[in-house]
Amino acid sequence: MMRPRSLPRRRFTNGLVNSISALAALFGLFMLCWIVFTVLKNGISSFSLSMLTELPKAQGDKSGTGGVANAILGTGIITLIASMIGIPLGLMTGIYLSEFGKDHWLASTVRFCNTILLGIPSIIIGIMVFETLVIPMRTFSGLAGGVALSILMLPVVARTTEDMLTLVPNSLRESSLALGASRWKTIRTVVFRAAKTGLITGTLLAVARVGGETAPLMFTAFNSPDWPRSLLGAMANLTMTVFQGYSSPFQFDQRAAWAASLLIAIAILAVNLSTRLLFRERKR
Amino acid sequence: MNGKSERFLRSLSATAGFVAKYIGVFAVLALIAGTLLVLVNGSWLSIQQNGLSFFTGTDWAPNMDKYGGLTIIYGTLVSTLIAMIIAVPLSLVIALFLVELAHPVVSRIFGTAIELLAAIPSIIFGMWGFFVLMPLMQNHVQPLLQTIFGKEFFLFAGPPRGSGLLTAGIILSIMILPFISAVARDVMTMVPPVVKESAYGVGATSWEVTRGVSFRYGLQGLIGGAFLGLGRALGETMAVAYVIGSSPRFSASITQPSYSIPSAIANQFGEAEPLHKSALVELALVLFAITCCIQIAYFLWMRRMKRSVGVL
Repeated sequence: MMRPRSLPRRRFTNGLVNSISALAALFGLFMLCWIVFTVLKNGISSFSLSMLTELPKAQGDKSGTGGVANAILGTGIITLIASMIGIPLGLMTGIYLSEFGKDHWLASTVRFCNTILLGIPSIIIGIMVFETLVIPMRTFSGLAGGVALSILMLPVVARTTEDMLTLVPNSLRESSLALGASRWKTIRTVVFRAAKTGLITGTLLAVARVGGETAPLMFTAFNSPDWPRSLLGAMANLTMTVFQGYSSPFQFDQRAAWAASLLIAIAILAVNLSTRLLFRERKR
Repeated sequence: MNGKSERFLRSLSATAGFVAKYIGVFAVLALIAGTLLVLVNGSWLSIQQNGLSFFTGTDWAPNMDKYGGLTIIYGTLVSTLIAMIIAVPLSLVIALFLVELAHPVVSRIFGTAIELLAAIPSIIFGMWGFFVLMPLMQNHVQPLLQTIFGKEFFLFAGPPRGSGLLTAGIILSIMILPFISAVARDVMTMVPPVVKESAYGVGATSWEVTRGVSFRYGLQGLIGGAFLGLGRALGETMAVAYVIGSSPRFSASITQPSYSIPSAIANQFGEAEPLHKSALVELALVLFAITCCIQIAYFLWMRRMKRSVGVL
């Protein structure tokens, strides 16, 4: 199997591969810095305090003020709706898989479907919600946007929950059951408490990931120049502001796109870094 | 408390428990079935009208009611292929660095940076791609490729525009790199130290240990990681939509404007007529089928791996 090779040659190959791999790792770090730098540079130069407090300016306005406050609020609302639907359902799925189903055929099927759901491109979820909510209701809506994001969130939360609950040792469950607690009480008071950090980390990361999505919002929440007044109307959001603004001929739209990019990037990196610092290197 | 109300309460909590137990199950199954149903239903018009020409035609001209999806499907597959060709080797050597070479502190810093790269939303990648990578490709990379390979070489022919499958593939590779390298790192960490140490003990260099022991031991896991990246790259919408050039015309050159399924949907779905819309949903159905196949292969692969090696 192993052909004899001279030692200098082997050392040379080894040194070559080692330097390539160090360079590759540097490349990864460099890409992160480059992208963050690009967003910071353009974002800060487009940013002003009015971005946080005002509505977008009408197209062609050159006064230099105006903001994306409605989009900040909208993204918050849409992400909140998504969390309110996606987290409980995901938790329940994870609980079922880890505590009740285990190796039952139904659990295997659900696990399999969850894997598929995890891999469905987000734009397809957008189309799905467009056909099932937007068309019957005859309007783009923040609600539809939230539902679309919740569908993306569900499988992620389910997967994390199952992984985290499986790590809880069985002896804990057995002691609780032996004391006469019901299955649900055991899950609530013992299993959840043991898996708390992992569950919080996983859920926060899922929220952050979904909050930065654009594709599922294109045909659901769409965008709006106005404040979010109703859940049943098109709702402004940061990611669509970026997508619609970057190629716009109007100066304000482009500034808004960069400012919104800055806000998204900062928010998501902040959530990721803080969960990492708070809960120390938990595995996904 | 009398017996009747107690029985009622007990049956109520039993029902609540039952619902809580199965609601997630129902949601997951309903979502899969619902997605499939909606996609088939939405693309029915196009399936009837376009038939097989949808898969054989390269003309995508909604104004003339011509819907040949081949170019768009081709664009999706080729941009993903380019991404995989770049990302897989790069991820493997990054994992090698993180696990075998770097000091734990350095490894942690680089590891975190690469995981953060995975957290960056695709729209940000799109902005970077459009404003930084595309000019770079147009002014430097594509002219360079043409001077190296000659102006007529089919892969890089045509005026440098910056957009196209190559640019999309490069962005995709950066986006999926963290996923593949995370799996590769996990797999390589899980190789039992005894196995590696015995290889080191007989005088193997770190690269020889990685290639001959770690990679071989974790091969199945590494392939699983590659599947994961593949699925992501196929369905990526926003970053690709920024840089692919949005041209449904077929071109063998990977430096000319092209299209992918998600970016075509993103650009056209909003203002499409019924048949056009239906054709776009059929594209989505094709994409769904492709990603499903990959997920199924990944799932079966992982299950086999769990049984045979016990890694991951």
